[in-house]
Amino acid sequence: MADVSPREALIDPLFNNNPIALQVLGICSALAVTTKMETAFVMSLAVIAVTTLSNVVVSVLRNHIPGSIRIIVQLTIIASLVIITDQVLKAFVYDIAQQLSVFVGLIITNCIVMGRAEAFAMQNTPKLAAIDGFANGVGYSIVLLAVAFFRELLGSGSLFGITILTPVNQGGWYVPNGLMLLAPAAFFLIGCFIWAVRAWKPEQIEEELHVGALLELSNEGHLR
Amino acid sequence: MQHSTGYIIRFAVGICLVASLFVAGSAVGLKDRQDANKLLDLQKKVLTVSGLMTAEDGLSDEEISALYASTIRPKAIDLKTGELAPEVDPASFDQRKASNDEAMSFPAPDNVSKIRRLPNNALVFDVVEEGELKALILPIEGYGLWGTLYGFLALEPDARTVVGITFYEHGETPGLGGEVDNPRWKALWPGRLAFNERGNVAISVKKGTAGSVEADPYQVDGLSGATITSRGVTNLLRFWLGDNGFGPYLTSYRSSAGV
Repeated sequence: MADVSPREALIDPLFNNNPIALQVLGICSALAVTTKMETAFVMSLAVIAVTTLSNVVVSVLRNHIPGSIRIIVQLTIIASLVIITDQVLKAFVYDIAQQLSVFVGLIITNCIVMGRAEAFAMQNTPKLAAIDGFANGVGYSIVLLAVAFFRELLGSGSLFGITILTPVNQGGWYVPNGLMLLAPAAFFLIGCFIWAVRAWKPEQIEEELHVGALLELSNEGHLR
Repeated sequence: MQHSTGYIIRFAVGICLVASLFVAGSAVGLKDRQDANKLLDLQKKVLTVSGLMTAEDGLSDEEISALYASTIRPKAIDLKTGELAPEVDPASFDQRKASNDEAMSFPAPDNVSKIRRLPNNALVFDVVEEGELKALILPIEGYGLWGTLYGFLALEPDARTVVGITFYEHGETPGLGGEVDNPRWKALWPGRLAFNERGNVAISVKKGTAGSVEADPYQVDGLSGATITSRGVTNLLRFWLGDNGFGPYLTSYRSSAGV
């Protein structure tokens, strides 16, 4: 892993090794905050900020963190960053922070953040780690925004709160698809997204493996 | 890399100290802004439930504060007697803080809404436009599925017809019970009757779809996939409109207003 170029670190997590589509991490928040573009967008920014900063901090300290307590140290760093992010959101975008409710706090448990800290930042320089954290955050955001785009457009007939397809109950013609506002819709959309990415990049289709093995393989770089 | 136990302990303590510094710093540094947001948010909630403002109006923060100041009259009342409590300043009174303060509250009678303590005083609001009373706003709270829902109920001056309901804080499942703050569900409430002809609390959230306001005045559509949250809303309304909640206040209001 030590020989990753900055370019690879930036491009790979977007589609080749997308944290949601390939590694299937961070699904819970992808279900919960994607009924609207606005919340998905703010959540994306929050996750990008946390993955980038946590990767940098962990990478700077990587030669000083004792191996026996490294996971809890990473967790402390991530948790602090998440709390600060939450405080900032509450101070500057209160309404959206209310809608995101517990999910900002739950970034702590988002496997992407911890996964990148442990798998990448512990072995790489701060600069590369920053790029990797940023790119993984963006990879997550692409899926989040794509899912939110369809859920808000088809479920409420709007994008970023601006009405595009006027729903019937506002005197328009569009009958909103209620399913899109419920959590299962995000599963279907993420499934379609994974399907589309794999149709485009067939090398991502794994042979019959169990989930754990898929993760190991992707971390070892076999699925690139 | 091997580290000595001493180093590990020093490292752990160090990282905790630095992290706590940042966390505490951000919490303290941003507190004023957050408090201002909270106050504005409360004003928005009160104005929205009273129907004076909708999200589409796009009022600026200053306009909201001004509208609140000109139309909303907060009043502190004695919860048990329902009479005004002149010794309590409504501007600074925090009902939720009071409910948790043993000196300012008393144990609640058994209830299904899992309300443990009731404040001695409660903060209610009168909506007054051009000198005329337009609505009564009551704070409500009670247990749903995952936690306590906090909100407001607005009644018309007849103290019987619902003007609106809103929940501003809850931990219900997003997309299911979390739909208690969905404007479309809240739009089903205005015009429903909270009390029946005999003055008993009658409103409830039913399982399934209720009829129109005229056909089915005492019931509101349930939230699909959220039976327990729906039941929680019914329970908390029954509690707060009943004798242990705002019953005495509403009774004294009715006799003074002659309705």
